[in-house]
Amino acid sequence: MCGFVREEKKEHVIMGKTIAQKIFDIHLVDRPTPDTYVLRLDAVFCHEITTPIAINDLIARGKDRVFDPKKIKAVIDHVTPAKDGNTAAQGKILRDWARRHGIDDFFDIGRNGVCHALFPEKGFVRPGFTIIMGDSHTCTHGAFGAFAAGVGTTDLEVGILKGVCAFRSPTTMKVTINGALPAGVFAKDVILSIIGRIGVNGATDKVIEFGGPAVSLMSMEERMTLCNMAVEAGATCGICAPDKTTVEYLWPFIQEEFTTPQEALEAYARFEPDADAVYDQILTHDVSNLTPQATFGFKPDNIKPVADMAGTLVDQVYIGSCTNGRIEDLRIAAQVLKGQTVHPRVRGIVSPATPKVYAQALEEGILQIFMQAGFCVTNPTCGACLGMSNGVLAEGEVCAATTNRNFNGRMGKGGMVHLMSPATAAATAVAGSIVNSGLFKG
Amino acid sequence: MKPFNGQVLFLDRSDINTDEIIPARYLTEISKEALKPHLLEDLSLEEFDPRADISDKRAVITRSNFGCGSSREHAPWALEVNGIHVVIAQSFARIFRQNMFNCGMLAIELPGTIIDQLFNRFAGRTAEIELDFNNGRLKVKNQEQEEIVPFVISDFDRSLVEAGGWVDFADKHY
Repeated sequence: MCGFVREEKKEHVIMGKTIAQKIFDIHLVDRPTPDTYVLRLDAVFCHEITTPIAINDLIARGKDRVFDPKKIKAVIDHVTPAKDGNTAAQGKILRDWARRHGIDDFFDIGRNGVCHALFPEKGFVRPGFTIIMGDSHTCTHGAFGAFAAGVGTTDLEVGILKGVCAFRSPTTMKVTINGALPAGVFAKDVILSIIGRIGVNGATDKVIEFGGPAVSLMSMEERMTLCNMAVEAGATCGICAPDKTTVEYLWPFIQEEFTTPQEALEAYARFEPDADAVYDQILTHDVSNLTPQATFGFKPDNIKPVADMAGTLVDQVYIGSCTNGRIEDLRIAAQVLKGQTVHPRVRGIVSPATPKVYAQALEEGILQIFMQAGFCVTNPTCGACLGMSNGVLAEGEVCAATTNRNFNGRMGKGGMVHLMSPATAAATAVAGSIVNSGLFKG
Repeated sequence: MKPFNGQVLFLDRSDINTDEIIPARYLTEISKEALKPHLLEDLSLEEFDPRADISDKRAVITRSNFGCGSSREHAPWALEVNGIHVVIAQSFARIFRQNMFNCGMLAIELPGTIIDQLFNRFAGRTAEIELDFNNGRLKVKNQEQEEIVPFVISDFDRSLVEAGGWVDFADKHY
């Protein structure tokens, strides 16, 4: 946690700062040009799709090294178990590399889960951290008050080798979410409504700082759902100020670092935005009258109230992913599904995002509810969300999904994806067509 | 530096995403060359046939937010193995733009009015670009006319293109 002194010194001369600016300040290694910030990284996350090419390139360059095996975390999650020779080879490259470099936090089959659900669950994300991963939904980890950004393979490769990454200035858009969510309306509906409002290009090159009463009331899991889709508006990262909820979630992992949760809270307060922080844009979003939302086209900003899409037939319902495959999501879906049966025309698939979520869902009887309803329970994997495995669509098929992207062909060539909350997806599975869940009384 | 001159592929739509540039089903490939036949395979755009319209092209001119979506560097790689080393657009998604420069390729942003003008004057027929990297100038031409457009890229991005990418630059400096 070095570098804090520097921030205190600077506070006297510089105007108020956003969360991202504060994190940039204490991680700055170099500014090769005025608008380029090279940051020291606290963690580099890796999975088997984007990392193997980086590993092979490092080998080819004679630079098969890692900057710090303790700060690198790796998982096989996109296609697991391997489905063919190529995916088996990708897993093997990552596995061999992790062993070769003593990367202890490597999660292989049996212990693996969707990266953005697994790594927070393991306590690898802390307020004030800088994190990169070769995955666009890395912005999820901003829920903890971290600056976490998706990068390409070359940035990942440099991160692995040198523990640094270059960014432009962390221009921030503040989104203040006011009001209390009505019953049956969830974090997913909130983020869909925000993307619908600002567009897929609305936050490009910006950090979205989420705040306000509705965010304060959200659990860490809901904040992860919120931050997860920040990239669908083009954002570099979604970020929430750390608070009591953050400390409660992290307590099992930080109790040796701090004597009391209060002490941790005080330490993390340095990552709250200043009252006079300078924002590029400020948006106020009231959710008191928000209704459940879903996407209708091939862009995540094609948003409509679920009620306006009622009757749209679906072939498959998918509940899972880094957006909505956590225990709270499964609990909500199970609440809707209890005692119900999946419509005979529909294939229901649920993928608990991690082994812990899977075990918890098993223990709480949630998996039984899913299975009795006729859902197929798959192992934790990203597979179906991007049409790689475990639930790929055929040409012309329609899927109601709790995932994050509805791009043309995303879950399979010629398929259509409607994004929605777990409650709406579960209700849709039973009805056979898009419908509001009974949890929503609007 | 990579070559930047040659025939232009015009893609007249905003928000062309990474899944359209290279679908996820090909992300299991470990060699870049294997991506070659699949560039823009899932892009459905009027009067665009990925099998016929890509060969011999060396540059793309398109609208705004090109490359949104996934972080996959497979998107610039798929362009690269097809000989396309420069994309000119009104704007780019952050990760895609960075990936281009990290690979020593060019992502050039031009004002919407200029992009409109290039589409109006040159799209739909064979057009070529000539790029003067050192002076930040871009010439678009066909048999009847030409237009010279200035462009700006950051000094940092310029140094990445000159260094042939970010890995050697970073290993040397940090």
